[in-house]
Amino acid sequence: MHIPDGFLAANTWVPAWLISIGGLGFCLKRTTRILKDRMVPLMGVMAAFIFAAQMLNFPVMGGTSGHLLGGVLAAALLGPYAGAIVIAVVLIVQCLIFQDGGLTALGANIFNMSFVGAMGGYFIYAIIRKIIGDNKGIVVGAAISAWLSVVAASSVCAIELAISGTSPLKIALPAMAGVHALIGIGEAVITCLVIGFVLKVRPDLIYKNQGA
Amino acid sequence: MNKKEILFGLAAAIILAVVLSPFASPWPDGLEKVAEDKGFLAKGEVEPAVSAPIPDYAWPGLKSEEAATRAAGASGTLIVFGVGCAVAALIRRKS
Repeated sequence: MHIPDGFLAANTWVPAWLISIGGLGFCLKRTTRILKDRMVPLMGVMAAFIFAAQMLNFPVMGGTSGHLLGGVLAAALLGPYAGAIVIAVVLIVQCLIFQDGGLTALGANIFNMSFVGAMGGYFIYAIIRKIIGDNKGIVVGAAISAWLSVVAASSVCAIELAISGTSPLKIALPAMAGVHALIGIGEAVITCLVIGFVLKVRPDLIYKNQGA
Repeated sequence: MNKKEILFGLAAAIILAVVLSPFASPWPDGLEKVAEDKGFLAKGEVEPAVSAPIPDYAWPGLKSEEAATRAAGASGTLIVFGVGCAVAALIRRKS
């Protein structure tokens, strides 16, 4: 769902850039309060893993593919703020080195995938996890929030396309949400597989909310 | 994470990027497909604002498309790992 240059008008990408710079600043501030030494390499490993996984497009239906966004996965291990930063790192490298996602659209891409996907997804995950509890809550929360995070991020992308005058909302929104409802199933499966693995080998790496 | 676990995680990522990336689906992703169907794909065919060193996940100059993808995957995974650790280390130093 990386938006290229040209899809967004300046009335959309300029504010999206400003919001994303402010949002990342906020995330950095929050992360300084909670970052422990053990999280430093974990942020690098999560960024590397999500970058690699994003290269692996899987087919979802005739002629369409999707790939992991990784927002909920990153946030489940690192918390919402460090998770959002990790997704932003991946997006910035993809944009500057691999021309995946436009530079003008980078702010919108960070908004959609870091803030809607990772942070928004995390808050849904945290609520479900609290209600169900235990490891089951972690896995079920991750599955539902991973699916929702993809559908929500794609819906926000549709809204940005509409504000830009690229495609009317009544066309873009159902089309984007519809195809990403399928891609989101892949997101939920991969997120659960990785989180299930971490729960087995290093359950302490799953982020616990320490009131920060 | 101890050293062994960091290496394990990084190795897993590199294996995904190097071994599996040539088998990724070549079909357009959700947004591209919608752009194609709804007739605004051409809007994205503008000169990119910056010229990237490894455009479209293909290492420039490699004849084999597969090798170009694998090389891009390996280098990208290492770069992202490095940037991720560097950002985290900077945050850690500030706290």
